[in-house]
Amino acid sequence: MKQRAQIRMLADGRRLHLHDGPIDLIVEAFGPVREIEVAYRAASSRFATVLDELCGELSFLRKPCSAEAEWPQGAVARRMVAAVMPYASEYFITPMAAVAGAVAEEILATMVSSANVSRAYVNDGGDIALHLTAGERFVVGMIERPDRPSLLGTTTVHSTDPVRGIATSGWRGRSFSLGIADAVTVLAERASVADAAATMIANAVYLPGHRAIVRIPACALTPDSDLGKRAVTQAVGELTTEEVNQALVSGARTAERLLRVGLIRSAALNLQGETRLVGVLGESRMIAAPVRERGLVHA
Amino acid sequence: MADDAIRCDACPVLCYIKPGRTGSCDRYGNHEGKLVRLDPHIVLDRAVERGDSVVPFLERGRDWDGTLVSHGETFVTAIGAGTTYPDYKPAPFIISSQVEGVDVVTVVTEGIFSYCGVKVKIDTDRHLGPECSTVRSQGEAVGHVTTSEYGSQMLSLGGVRHLTGGSRQEGTATCDALLNLCNGKAVEFEIDGGAKVAVQAGKAPIVDGAQEERMRVGCGSATIGMFAKQWFGKVDDVVVVDDHITGVLSEHQAGKLLGVPETGIKLKGRRSTPGRYFQVAEPGTTWGGTNIEDPLTILGKFNAKKAWSGLRLLMVSTTGEHYGYFELDEGLKPQEKELPVELRESVARIKENCEPALCTVLFMGGAGGSLRAGVTENPVKLTHSVRDALTRVTCGGAPVYVWPGGGITFMADVARMPQNAFGYVPTPALVAPIEFTLKLADYDALGGYMDHVRPLTTIVAQKEGRQRVAARADNPWPLESGAKTKKK
Repeated sequence: MKQRAQIRMLADGRRLHLHDGPIDLIVEAFGPVREIEVAYRAASSRFATVLDELCGELSFLRKPCSAEAEWPQGAVARRMVAAVMPYASEYFITPMAAVAGAVAEEILATMVSSANVSRAYVNDGGDIALHLTAGERFVVGMIERPDRPSLLGTTTVHSTDPVRGIATSGWRGRSFSLGIADAVTVLAERASVADAAATMIANAVYLPGHRAIVRIPACALTPDSDLGKRAVTQAVGELTTEEVNQALVSGARTAERLLRVGLIRSAALNLQGETRLVGVLGESRMIAAPVRERGLVHA
Repeated sequence: MADDAIRCDACPVLCYIKPGRTGSCDRYGNHEGKLVRLDPHIVLDRAVERGDSVVPFLERGRDWDGTLVSHGETFVTAIGAGTTYPDYKPAPFIISSQVEGVDVVTVVTEGIFSYCGVKVKIDTDRHLGPECSTVRSQGEAVGHVTTSEYGSQMLSLGGVRHLTGGSRQEGTATCDALLNLCNGKAVEFEIDGGAKVAVQAGKAPIVDGAQEERMRVGCGSATIGMFAKQWFGKVDDVVVVDDHITGVLSEHQAGKLLGVPETGIKLKGRRSTPGRYFQVAEPGTTWGGTNIEDPLTILGKFNAKKAWSGLRLLMVSTTGEHYGYFELDEGLKPQEKELPVELRESVARIKENCEPALCTVLFMGGAGGSLRAGVTENPVKLTHSVRDALTRVTCGGAPVYVWPGGGITFMADVARMPQNAFGYVPTPALVAPIEFTLKLADYDALGGYMDHVRPLTTIVAQKEGRQRVAARADNPWPLESGAKTKKK
């Protein structure tokens, strides 16, 4: 049987790389080698069918979510719907807003239920599902702009924290955004929930009618986008400090609401070098040094 | 559906992709109506043979066989690192157990080398030009002929004086020649008072239009030593013609030990020790790197008291390329005869023992200047760290020899680097890759930019602007052992 999905160990021999169509996962588990192998095998065999399951219900998953609609069949699809449902009555959102987080979550759940690993993560292009047993922790690096990765700071997730999901959304990322945030990073209890929340908060970082913002209907860029004719951000010109503040305040308001109802644990909103934090990011360390653009240097 | 969009069938998502855009995977795109896979930074993958050359990242990933044994390892070279860092797909949160777990840091940079040049070793006995002669490219002086070495002649090209010390044209021609040589291309040089030679790393030299085939087996004297036993009894005397040291079997220690009788042969030139002669002729491009067409011209008259009519004499060059068989006539004059079958084998064996003649090009550069500041805030500490062997230097992943003494002056074989590893700036100067590999703790200790350390994942797991190339099996893996742990 020819398998479409690529399943392989990364060069370091520790991490598993799962790739299929638009899904690209980096998986790592910690614990006894035998357990890790069991976990990776479980992850691999679960992964093999994930994209097909999703594509089988793709037209449904691309439609706006409503409380009355039937639930999809697939486990990943159901995680997606569950994650976006809290927003359905009030906003436009499709289950696709949580697809990356939901896939990460599903693979992680499969690993954890079949093997005894002390900690593990599944990183789906920045949307990350975490597993931590008592006493374990993950140090997470933060980056200001997805297209210009340099470590902005770190935050540590301890097993005693409720956080098991991390997600980032922004117009510079792979998915479309209605807002202008460079990156909104959310820590939540689950990856799918973090994913949906990051999307919603990033959408809310916005300056209505601002001339420096170029937006184009999603369908003009990608004919089959779930966002249809909604205008998605394609470029953001330089904004004044005040405008940056205004947009961040707008986003932070949404984030605070989500924080109050328990949908998220914390969020970091980035726009043109400014960062706004909502909620307690836990044990964090920000790096103050500016990013040097390294070009050629003289010998 | 817009008619200019195309449907991608690479996976079941079946994206409709508009021209100039990519599908949801960011890997396939619509380029002028065609579905294309986007090209991916040079990482050396040691698992893949060099013959596999450059493969797009992720294209050839092996399926996981279920074990946790490492399949391959990846080393990021400096090639292409200098310009801008390529885009990443959003992975704004990186699980930095990777960052934390980094044991070895590789500081990757491309340096502009004004202090650089190449040393070229040309395997040939043919005379390329007198020592210290100017070597020219495009009519400009780009270097000089330096010492002759074993079976080869050396050129020293480039260096700061040709690059920046002469005219603009001289600098440009030098830079050009160095760049081409380093990138494995052929360059033709003209040597004042000598030959025209075409040089290409890893290829045979072409001297005055003639391609050199073989590197000689040894000097004339050494050849006598190696083959004396095989000649014994089949021929009365052998002369191995060599511009440096011509050997004569009957006088040579090797012949004496076998009991080869004296033959009354007389060689021109200066006798060094028994059976070894210097300067039998002028340097040239024929027999054994001399200028002779007729080997008999290097012989004097045979001593009538020792020689005899019918004496069998073989004359052969150090590569077996030229040979002649002679027998003395009544007047003790050598007459050329066909090479007897029993001697053919020995001539063939000389040839067989000659390695293919090659040009080899070593890049030599000095990283003494500001390049070090890109690595650490206190540049001299990097120099010390290299000295103490805590930091390993590689050039495009290739091993280097770091010259003792001050600074970081190193040499590396350009044939062991990925293709087109070098660039240039119009200053003129060469842009060469250089990597410093050391333990994270040592990097911290020497004042490294710890906040800029990135895990390999963020480099390798991304797509655009990266190329994965196979590591050469004959190169030591840059991350292995060399970088010691500092003893406290």
